[in-house]
Amino acid sequence: MTVSVIQIVLVFLVSCVSGMGSILDEFQTHRPLIACTLIGLVLGDITTGIIIGGTLEMIALGWMNVGAAIAPDAALASIISTILVVAGHQSIGAGIALAIPLAAAGQVLTIVVRTITVAFQHGADRASENGNLRVMDWLHMSALLLQAMRIAIPALIVVVTVGTTAVQSMLNSIPQVITGGLNVAGGMIVVVGYAMVINMMRAGYLMPFFFLGFVIAAFTNFNLVALGVIGLVAAIVYIQLSPKYNKPAFAGETSGAAATSDNDDELD
Amino acid sequence: MSNETAAAGVKTGQKKLTKRDLFWVFVRSNFLQGSWNFERMQALGFAFSMTPAIRRLYPEGSEERKQAMKRHNEFFNTTPAMAAPITGVALALEEQKANGAPVDDAAINGIKVGLMGPLAGVGDPIWWGTARPVFAALGAGIAMSGNILGPLLFFVLWNALRLGFRWWGVFYGYKKGVDVVSDMGGGLLQKLTEGASILGLFVMGSLVNKWTKVDIPVVLSRVKNPETGKYTITTVQNVLDQLMPGLVPLLLTFICMWLLRKKINPLWIILGFFVVGILGYWAHFFK
Repeated sequence: MTVSVIQIVLVFLVSCVSGMGSILDEFQTHRPLIACTLIGLVLGDITTGIIIGGTLEMIALGWMNVGAAIAPDAALASIISTILVVAGHQSIGAGIALAIPLAAAGQVLTIVVRTITVAFQHGADRASENGNLRVMDWLHMSALLLQAMRIAIPALIVVVTVGTTAVQSMLNSIPQVITGGLNVAGGMIVVVGYAMVINMMRAGYLMPFFFLGFVIAAFTNFNLVALGVIGLVAAIVYIQLSPKYNKPAFAGETSGAAATSDNDDELD
Repeated sequence: MSNETAAAGVKTGQKKLTKRDLFWVFVRSNFLQGSWNFERMQALGFAFSMTPAIRRLYPEGSEERKQAMKRHNEFFNTTPAMAAPITGVALALEEQKANGAPVDDAAINGIKVGLMGPLAGVGDPIWWGTARPVFAALGAGIAMSGNILGPLLFFVLWNALRLGFRWWGVFYGYKKGVDVVSDMGGGLLQKLTEGASILGLFVMGSLVNKWTKVDIPVVLSRVKNPETGKYTITTVQNVLDQLMPGLVPLLLTFICMWLLRKKINPLWIILGFFVVGILGYWAHFFK
């Protein structure tokens, strides 16, 4: 597929938005669901973009920045793998497989940029000495732009070279046993993301809810909306009934009006 | 704050943040992590969010403005969305300070640091552990069939919740000021965290079962039906599914949880799965 100049420019812009989303973690434009869809749209095959996005999103479900820990980078993985699949005519399975080393590369790149931006922080200190708010704004936005370039420049290189015979023959030389095996692995890899999310919230006494979800999903055909509602109801009922939350109110009641609460007990 | 006191404030030349200032603080707070760095993390981003207020409260070129800028360039890090109420509290304190109240630098930074830890403790499981995975799984499930509704649903649901919270957080923090601390003591945060964890774990349990794919086609027995002459093939997968569908993914999940707790980089685990997948496919153990 030949990529037009307008498409190259659009890929660059989408990559910028995705790169900014990756550091900001606000609008989630770096998540596969959004980034892959946008790249698919720009390159003229939105359906494939959405499918890659959905598949990668499940794998990346637990990739989160908590405290000072940096997660594997969803932005670079989503953008480049979608370009390789849509413009480079690779299978979706191969795209997913390529996304993993790309996520590691993106992680290294963001660590580099997050180290460089220490200098911007020191620049802000100097701006504070002079009371110059405009310089401080400018420093903050430049650091953000640097994060945008972290994704946009690699994406630009890939989208320009993807049509060349050298890259094509390299991509086509991946043997069948690798792509088939990667497809198999794709069905299992999702559990890494689930495990990351579970570990973050894991409390032994709450694990029954995990098993409840597992068993209900195993023996019913409920979709995720129905399962979500059941989970929400379980959460609300648990909070309402848990003695942990009812104790303070009860203690207050007995100390305030011991006689009446005693009467209540007798009536019961 | 009632209208009377606000009017009185204007009369005596008191400084007051306008609704417009708060709106711009809300807008800027969406860029909190733009300059995230390993030294002071969200510090510059926090100062960036506070800029409209600093501009309003402290005149250009004044020593107070410099002090305010320094004050908000101190170390700060929390779950991004949870920074909104903290920003609101900081706005209230800055407004009091600009009007001559005895609020010192240490008090403002103390309240920021004091709130960021507990709020991150609640915020991480709620935003990253529950809200995003649940919306993302919902969207991804629809997106697998190439339906645009998947990405749209994820984007709209997540951002509606997040922007709504950020908007509410800035105004709530500003109105309440330091009283936010006492609001947090009522067990509400703990209830929210625990409720979110229950929902999150429940949904993860169902995902482990529904959205994984393992097929082990190794043939265990081949029984010929005497009447029809057809073979009934029983594979390892058939036996496992009779025990409990999704048993292998469940075991894999527990292995992953254990490996992650051993501080192994998730990307190594993913690469490990690739190796297992390729070898298994080559040996016809997996399909």
